[in-house]
Amino acid sequence: MALKIPEILYNQLRQHGESTYPHECCGVLLGELDEAGDKFVRAIAQCGNTRTDSLANRYQISPAELVRIQREAMLAGRDIVGFYHSHPDHPARWSATDLAEAHWTGCSYLITSVELGRAVLTNSFLLLGHEEEKHFEDELLDVIQ
Amino acid sequence: MSIKVLIPTPLRPYAGKQSVIEVTATTVGEALNDLVTKHPDLRKHLFSEDGKLRTFVNVYLNDEDIRYLSKDATAVKETDTITIVPSVAGGR
Repeated sequence: MALKIPEILYNQLRQHGESTYPHECCGVLLGELDEAGDKFVRAIAQCGNTRTDSLANRYQISPAELVRIQREAMLAGRDIVGFYHSHPDHPARWSATDLAEAHWTGCSYLITSVELGRAVLTNSFLLLGHEEEKHFEDELLDVIQ
Repeated sequence: MSIKVLIPTPLRPYAGKQSVIEVTATTVGEALNDLVTKHPDLRKHLFSEDGKLRTFVNVYLNDEDIRYLSKDATAVKETDTITIVPSVAGGR
């Protein structure tokens, strides 16, 4: 299983992390899932970070914004297939907080490390399992030219 | 009356793979009850053991969070849409 994303969208989400540095950015990946379990990203939705108390190391997407994005995506024949956020001056690996606050099983969680304002690594993690036994697995990220 | 409930991607495996489900209800609470009656596997993903909505599950009636309306007792009408969205958050 892989997350396939056009290079232009991949660059956009990385630039989002650079533009919000030293704060975390966040957004939604919209697209579709095929029979083999591969996800294709067709669009991204940049979101505001509503965690104003700790912008440098926490993010949250407003549920109201998610409702609007999900509704508009469905009208366009797309689904929410994942999310992205940045780790300013921190590795592109999921944290205990990332796992504790992840609830979209089957979706991809992209994390970009941003060091001194420059996007470095972007990794994808697939959330699996029920809430009580959920876990992340590394996911192949296929950037399409 | 019949109203629509939008199901997010992680809950669709427990809802017959459907993205939209029609339920019969006059309140949000009745709508959610009808939903889990039709799709019992959804129950544990929406509610905790004490029967309350899980803390990370947000339920919206059109564009309003039901927590800021009348919660389960919020009245619904034929043209309304209920949207279920698990929260999205995290950080390093």
